[in-house]
Amino acid sequence: MKIVCRCEDITEEDIIKTIDEYGCETLAELKQLLRLGMGYCQGRTCLILAAKILARKTGKTLDEIMPSFRPPVVPVEIGLIGGEDGE
Amino acid sequence: MENKAEVVIIGAGINGCALAYELAKRGKEVVVVEKNYIAYGATGRCGAGIRQQWATKENALLAKKSVEIFEKLSDELGYDIGLRQGGYLIAIHDEEGMEQAKKNVEMQKSIGLPVRIIYEDEIKEIAPILDPKGMETIAATFCPTDGHANPFKTTYAYAIAAKKLGAKIYKFTEVKDIKVKDGKVKKVVTNRGEIETKYVVNAAGAWSKEIAKMVGIEMPNKPVRKEALVTEPLKRMFDCMVISFKHGIYFSQQEEGQILGGIPSPEEKVGYYMEPTFSFLKYMAYMLGKYAPPLKHVSILRQWTGFYDVTPDALPILGETSVEGFIQCNGFSGHGFMIAPMTAKLLAQLICGEKLEMPIDRLNIERFKGEITEEKAVVG
Ligand SMILES: Cc1cc2nc3c(=O)[nH]c(=O)nc-3n(C[C@H](O)[C@H](O)[C@H](O)COP(=O)(O)OP(=O)(O)OC[C@H]3O[C@@H](n4cnc5c(N)ncnc54)[C@H](O)[C@@H]3O)c2cc1C
Ligand code: FES
Repeated sequence: MKIVCRCEDITEEDIIKTIDEYGCETLAELKQLLRLGMGYCQGRTCLILAAKILARKTGKTLDEIMPSFRPPVVPVEIGLIGGEDGE
Repeated sequence: MENKAEVVIIGAGINGCALAYELAKRGKEVVVVEKNYIAYGATGRCGAGIRQQWATKENALLAKKSVEIFEKLSDELGYDIGLRQGGYLIAIHDEEGMEQAKKNVEMQKSIGLPVRIIYEDEIKEIAPILDPKGMETIAATFCPTDGHANPFKTTYAYAIAAKKLGAKIYKFTEVKDIKVKDGKVKKVVTNRGEIETKYVVNAAGAWSKEIAKMVGIEMPNKPVRKEALVTEPLKRMFDCMVISFKHGIYFSQQEEGQILGGIPSPEEKVGYYMEPTFSFLKYMAYMLGKYAPPLKHVSILRQWTGFYDVTPDALPILGETSVEGFIQCNGFSGHGFMIAPMTAKLLAQLICGEKLEMPIDRLNIERFKGEITEEKAVVG
């Protein structure tokens, strides 16, 4: 059993099964269905691995599959970013 | 791809998928066409809160009847939609807010909702992390049967159930044109071929205006960008959704423990502008810190943008149009997820010539020709 997403505990089998069952063609669909890449590291380690699996299964290239990042790129504390005055 | 269908639905968000299910259940041949993938639009970017506390009877009834459906939906569709009913706590900030709240509660009670006005002690009891002072609140309304469902799971649940009943859902299929002949819809033209049909349902969310143009109908809707954010997961702290009409803020703790919420950005823009803004992030963090001080030490993981499809009165546009067979299912503003189950049922009844469970004439697009009654209980 190969773990692909450590933050959300998702294995290679989970991904392959989901691609087959739902006919996924994009990382976005795997995110929706499995929470892939939505853990603390925001997919920094797992998205490229999952993209390779998708490429293999769908015949698409990695460029077609790789995602855009949603900032903040690193987690930030609410108190730090919000400050005291909202200015 | 099919080149013929009784009904073609444009858009595979919660509304398109729910309607596909309700129609397939009634034996209709349905095709859904989606330019991206399921739940790509507002549905996959929304808070998925389910609130019955509305100021207009139309919205309140649609939401109440939808909750009755949501409560049985996992069983009906054979797929867990992740429904949680932790209530909605709506902050009241001043005398004016109290006035409106009293009016709303009276109407809501008249249709059978278990809503009540609560004060500081009970606010703290229901959600101990809240700081009524920081919130600048004098009271709140609370409805315990309001709640939240997982938007992805709910949409896929409908989509899969619809497919089992024979509906076809085509992803990456974009509608380019709709052919009308003698005032009736004839054909939907997509990038992957044409589909002949009697009915076309415009469930294209913030893009519905463009679809309507294809049959020569002008719509008053505006796409309005809305940002949201989510934190790291935390142990369970509170079950309700917290919102304020005055501040426009909403937030709740999700199934997996993360806090998800939004607020109108200080630099609100109209149009399809997707870039996340720092000003939203900063303002939302500031307001979250005021509403719930313990959250100040929590990290934000992600921020994104979605679009409200906003109508002048914040009520949806449903039903028939001047073009025969062209049916509207859009204009949901900030609440198209929570009323989707009932909306889908009503439109399926309309298309199948059944008696409608509640009238929807007042939600027809023709209403914008006359005087409108605006929904005031909106957030975000
Ligand atoms: C940040 C945010 C928070 C929200 N919070 C809540 C909430 O708590 N509760 C609630 O009830 N609602 C909420 N909403 C509103 C809710 O998300 C929407 O009202 C609802 O999801 C609309 O669903 P829909 O199926 O009508 O449209 P959408 O989900 O937008 O789906 C429309 C689909 O049409 C497709 N499409 C568009 N043009 C074409 C074309 N030419 N050809 C083919 N397909 C096309 C799109 O790709 C899209 O997938 C929120 C919205 C946002 C943005
Ligand atoms: S490994 Fe997948 S989100 Fe961190």
